[in-house]
Amino acid sequence: MRDASPAKTYALHIGVIALLFALNFVLPDYHQGLFARIMALAVFAMGYNLLFGYVGLLSLGHAMFFSAGLYGAGLTVYHLGWGVPEAFLAGVICGALLALVVGLLALRTSGVAFMIVTMMFAQVFYLLILYFAAWTGGDQGLVIQQASRVFSIGGASFDLTDPIVRYMSALSLFAIVLLVTLAVVRSRFGRVLVAIRENEERTKMLGYDTVANKLAAVVASGAICAASGAAYALLFGYVGSNFASIQYSILPLLWVLLGGAATTLGPLIGTLFMYYVTDITSGFTSAYLLIVGVALILLVLFAPKGIMGSIRQRWLGWLP
Amino acid sequence: MTPLLTTKGLSRQFGGLRAVDGVDFALMPGEIRAVIGPNGAGKTTFVSLLSGRIRPSSGAVVFDGVDITAMPAYQRVRLGVAYTFQITSVFANLTVFDNVALPVQRTLTDGRTKGQVRTGVMAALERTGLADRAGTLAAHLSYGHQRLLEVAMGLALKPRLLILDEPTQGLADSEIDNFITLVRGIARDATVLLIEHNMPVVMGLADRITVFNSGRILAEGTPGEIRANTQVQDAYLGATHG
Repeated sequence: MRDASPAKTYALHIGVIALLFALNFVLPDYHQGLFARIMALAVFAMGYNLLFGYVGLLSLGHAMFFSAGLYGAGLTVYHLGWGVPEAFLAGVICGALLALVVGLLALRTSGVAFMIVTMMFAQVFYLLILYFAAWTGGDQGLVIQQASRVFSIGGASFDLTDPIVRYMSALSLFAIVLLVTLAVVRSRFGRVLVAIRENEERTKMLGYDTVANKLAAVVASGAICAASGAAYALLFGYVGSNFASIQYSILPLLWVLLGGAATTLGPLIGTLFMYYVTDITSGFTSAYLLIVGVALILLVLFAPKGIMGSIRQRWLGWLP
Repeated sequence: MTPLLTTKGLSRQFGGLRAVDGVDFALMPGEIRAVIGPNGAGKTTFVSLLSGRIRPSSGAVVFDGVDITAMPAYQRVRLGVAYTFQITSVFANLTVFDNVALPVQRTLTDGRTKGQVRTGVMAALERTGLADRAGTLAAHLSYGHQRLLEVAMGLALKPRLLILDEPTQGLADSEIDNFITLVRGIARDATVLLIEHNMPVVMGLADRITVFNSGRILAEGTPGEIRANTQVQDAYLGATHG
């Protein structure tokens, strides 16, 4: 968005992807698994960031888009025996359609009302999952067997339970979504989204249909979050209602705030940071959430723009 | 010649207050029209009805033969009705470049202009003398330059009708002279409707003047006619000059 050389920006993002690729060969088994999970969830955070960071719409219901992807992929594999690529696509489509419907209704509101309306829709979605326990497995969830998580493209067979395949699949999705969000925020559409965040009334008076643009952003955000959920179901073989609970609506908000709202790399950094703080502290004490809370308070006090946001503000003004 | 814009019986009430009360108004293509009147006369409400920021209680607005009374503001902008705000409302956290890129890319998307975003932005910035500040955040501009940026954004929309709401408010005298030259330049391609309190600006710039009082048109005519009008002198000019 700023007057930066695009070459530098793209080099940085491709460098991050290359670094994550290299880490696959260096990381110990446990951390390799953790990183695969973090990359899949960072996609969730990136989808959330598109709406919250760039358009300035704070949703408290994004768990429903994540779990629409999770169940869209998980149930089609479990009940219909669909293959991995088809199931993934089904998950993304479920999320996009849900986002379209929720967006049409929720965008009649703004601010606090938007937060409440999205939260209510997410609660309805969560309760529906519990209600239809015969198909969804209710709060027990469903385990997707290893045999259902093998697929082949062009003769080559991939087993998503294999750690390297899993890592590389998560990385591929992460890389695609990272580059797509980068392209979107640098595009004309991205410029309009930021303008809506900054001053919606003025944006209208420049000839923009702000409601249509916001709806497009909700659908894009929902589809990306659903892609994360679908990948999560297929990579880790479990579909459960806790992913649709309010906790999973608040987590992406925290990840994005930590990493830096309206920065392209912030969601990854935030997810990584929070995951490792939780992981390390839970090794020492059962009160690890207390430490996570303190870390969050410190960040809000001393770096309210998040990690990447502060770096951009102080040193690297060209960061997208 | 047919008018570019006409209103018939245009009214807007806020509760019991008739802010704009049955206004019949016509604007010819290519003219510079000033709207003057005491505070609370309904000038800003009137132009807000034209730009679509608020809806009329009754009456009609016709732009270039099309009834736009029920049309949302953003569609009017696409037809060529641009509005610059009385209170400066540039995008403070965006660069000057991005501020102007928004209206430029709008006209490119609509197919009303062709070319690159950058070319269009730099043309509008050069016309307003802001070209060397393209990379500055709008918030870091002086007040006068923010007013100019506001005009640059209006210009970049390639409007057929540019509505300026008190554009010289808060400008220094030296800036006002440049501003008058700028508006004259704009009027070569577009019709200009401006609300203005600064009488030298009005008298020096306007082809015709419409005087509002209590939501109605009190008088309309050339600057000379308005200056000679005793009713206007009582309602407005007398107060400022006396």
